[in-house]
Amino acid sequence: MIEILETGPFNTVQDLGRPGYRDIGVSASGAMDSLAVRIGNSLVGNDEGAAALEIQTFPFRLRFTERTGFAIAGTDGNPVLDGIELPAWCAFTAEAGQILELRQPPKLARAYVCVAGGVDVPSVMGSRSTSLRGGFGGYAGRPLVKGDQIIAGAASTNIPLPASGLAVVEPSIVLQDVFPSSPDGTLLIRALPAGEHGLFADDGKAFWDQTWRISSRSDRTGYRLSGDAIVPTETVEMRSHGVVPGVIQVPPGGEPIVQMSDANTAGGYPKIAGVIECDLWRLGQARIGSRVQFVRSSHAEARAVEKAVERYIADLRQTIPMVKRALKAMA
Amino acid sequence: MIATVHTHMQPLTIIPVVKDHARISAIGSRSFLLEAPGEFDLPAQRRIWALSQTLKGWTDLVEIIPGMTNLLAIFKQTPEDPAEVIDRLSEAWDAARSIDLAGKTIEIPVHYGGQYATDLPALCDLSGLADREVVRIHHEAIYRVFALGSAPGFGYLHGLDPRIYMPRKTVPSLKMEKGCVTIGGMQTGVAMLTGPNGWNSIGFADLQMFDPQSLTPAMMAPGDIVRFLPARIEL
Repeated sequence: MIEILETGPFNTVQDLGRPGYRDIGVSASGAMDSLAVRIGNSLVGNDEGAAALEIQTFPFRLRFTERTGFAIAGTDGNPVLDGIELPAWCAFTAEAGQILELRQPPKLARAYVCVAGGVDVPSVMGSRSTSLRGGFGGYAGRPLVKGDQIIAGAASTNIPLPASGLAVVEPSIVLQDVFPSSPDGTLLIRALPAGEHGLFADDGKAFWDQTWRISSRSDRTGYRLSGDAIVPTETVEMRSHGVVPGVIQVPPGGEPIVQMSDANTAGGYPKIAGVIECDLWRLGQARIGSRVQFVRSSHAEARAVEKAVERYIADLRQTIPMVKRALKAMA
Repeated sequence: MIATVHTHMQPLTIIPVVKDHARISAIGSRSFLLEAPGEFDLPAQRRIWALSQTLKGWTDLVEIIPGMTNLLAIFKQTPEDPAEVIDRLSEAWDAARSIDLAGKTIEIPVHYGGQYATDLPALCDLSGLADREVVRIHHEAIYRVFALGSAPGFGYLHGLDPRIYMPRKTVPSLKMEKGCVTIGGMQTGVAMLTGPNGWNSIGFADLQMFDPQSLTPAMMAPGDIVRFLPARIEL
């Protein structure tokens, strides 16, 4: 079992989400950085979609009440186990009584605690993700609070973690060829024009050319972008339609909103663009106050990136058990 | 990417809706939105329901979200050839014949007026009708559930009398109670969650309409008929 000793607001249990119910108005939810969850779970021998703790307010501390395999993924900061700093993107075994502390990551927004066996909360409509808006799923349908006791499921693998830990090279390094970066640190996020793109002058120049700042009124539902307002050339009365995370809507004020993991299922604001799905995890790691620029992409590019990410995950899932077995044989 | 039925478009060109041509655009790389041409009415929605049935047989889709005379199709993977997807959706729309869903009838007792009817006076001003008249017009109509969305179990209801249409607020109410009976433009519905809401409240319904633990979590389904019963009128 795991006991929460200290937590900020809005830290929740998340898995890869609850897709399939948007047609009855239920948001998919799920981890903001789904790639981190897939990797963290792979490290500890879980299915890649097992539930994890999504930590987005720090410091966060928990105590393992029994021997538990765990991995911290997503963050660029190092976790601390009983006062000793450990590398991130690395699986270890904690002994009963040990305390894990997560501090504010230096640059990124979120850390994921994956435990062997997965976080065992009841599955609601096919997922263990917390639906904050609906008040169900996850840990009692709410964010974690101090004193919560979380059960890890039965570990699905009998190959033990190496005593010295097992690390992966993080995706932003391994996959740097398929994810663009900018010299000044502005996050480059690729997107495709969406339905009302043509209502914005000069082929949406003002949207694509400027660097937006992620405003403080941003959360798991959506990021509000600050910058020079963009206004469509005419007002259109939209009928409500389904939306997905990544849709970039422009409300009357002219400051775009990017819908994120807890995206509403329907919307009616003009939409200028949609983030390609394989870049969403990078946006999910963007901090309030950080800068982002949208880069026009294509389906072909999105497909190529998607395939590269899937190859990376497939490779990890094949290699990790092999390495564990080899190290066990040597031990 | 935007296209109309029958027409191969240059990528990223907006084409206005013309007669009987659906409009198809991308949201991200895996989702495509098809918007029916023409009026916001039952015949258009019946064709959307038909299209939705057809698409349930497509194995490369992961989710189908019917909206208000539109439909969002989400693919499992980014398609190799988006033009082929647009063609396929266009052909499916062409072939879609109007169907009617055999819905159940749901009767919702409403407390019209009272503390939750925060926008009833404004609707009277806008419509030039007396409050009693607004309430009568609202509860006498027969509504159809066109689609669900926005909040768990929330049904967008079609069939509102044009005399009591009321635009959504430009500044939403910060905290509207779950259960408020509301009007948003030409639509009506019952608020499913307490929170910010841009629709206009004229009454209150105390009815459980969503249960995440149930095998059928949402009480309403597209095609259902909804009647509002004036359980109490407090003006």
